[in-house]
Amino acid sequence: MNTLALSAGLTGAPEAVLFWILAPLIVLAAIGMILVKKAVHSALLLAYIMISLAIFYIAQDAPFLGVVQIVVYTGAVMMLFLFILMLVGVDSADSLVETIRGQRVVALLAGLSLGALLIGALGRSLLGAGIAGGAVGLDQANSGGNVQGLATLLFSRYVWAFEVVSALLITAALGAMVLGHRERPVPRRTQRQLSEDRFREGSELPGAPLPSPGVFSRHNAVDIPALLPDGSPAPTSVSRVIKARGDVLPTAPFELNKESQGEQK
Amino acid sequence: MNPANYLFVSALLFTIGALGVLTRRNSIVIFMCVELMLNAANLAFVTFARIQGNLDGQVIAFFTMVVAACEVVVGLAIIVSIYRSRRSASVDDVNLLKF
Repeated sequence: MNTLALSAGLTGAPEAVLFWILAPLIVLAAIGMILVKKAVHSALLLAYIMISLAIFYIAQDAPFLGVVQIVVYTGAVMMLFLFILMLVGVDSADSLVETIRGQRVVALLAGLSLGALLIGALGRSLLGAGIAGGAVGLDQANSGGNVQGLATLLFSRYVWAFEVVSALLITAALGAMVLGHRERPVPRRTQRQLSEDRFREGSELPGAPLPSPGVFSRHNAVDIPALLPDGSPAPTSVSRVIKARGDVLPTAPFELNKESQGEQK
Repeated sequence: MNPANYLFVSALLFTIGALGVLTRRNSIVIFMCVELMLNAANLAFVTFARIQGNLDGQVIAFFTMVVAACEVVVGLAIIVSIYRSRRSASVDDVNLLKF
């Protein structure tokens, strides 16, 4: 029995332990991935699934693919996913309203029957296969090294596919650039044009910088408008961001009151 | 343990991915489920390579990864450009062609 277990193609005991620990966790993570509400949690679970799959690849005599899986999928692809998630909005939760009536039930039925079909077909094809399942194992194919073996195949039998894939990669990069490019509806205004506009529109002090906000040491000064020489507040002196936030303090306490103005006159 | 057990895991992952594609609404999550299905297919390819005793399956899995990378790049660019015009990542909001 022991020699049988060590024979080519049949997984040894350590691999069986690895499989029975990782496989349930992968399936659980996948189920969690489609059940959790937040897209970021889905992304993290998917990253976990991908790393576990890389371990599976390495356990199955495919060390090159295992490393590529970690570098390309968990490294690049999941990075991209998280980047887009942050761009689009992390807290964009799924709507629970069904646009097509009964879609969820039908989807569940279709999915489960697809699963049953796949598992059934697999089980049926493996029915009389015995404990080794007729597996050959990669000991002979990997005798010259896994990477060397893959390279030999890639650059001999699959060299044409390899070239086509390179064309596909370039096309995809170009496509992403075209899709991500945004035409400006109006050309960007230069600094010269902005300056000319300010002179033409006739602001209070043409050409000079906007008046700075009032500096009263009792407050964080940027939220108080400056006072003009006649004692009234200068509306342009407060940043429009602060105005939009509604954080502008009333200037009444700081204004020269009319009586004192009258006395001075 | 028979190496074909990996095939069952692969079938399960593929099914779960398909279910996710059919039920979720957020386009990014749907996209991640498609990735899960591609990964499941990759696992099947690697297992087939081992059962058959040659490396062709691994080469095909490698090609699948490259194609998946292309798909992610273009797909996410489409999602971002739709988000720019519609301010939403939900597939329900893309209904201009709806009759």
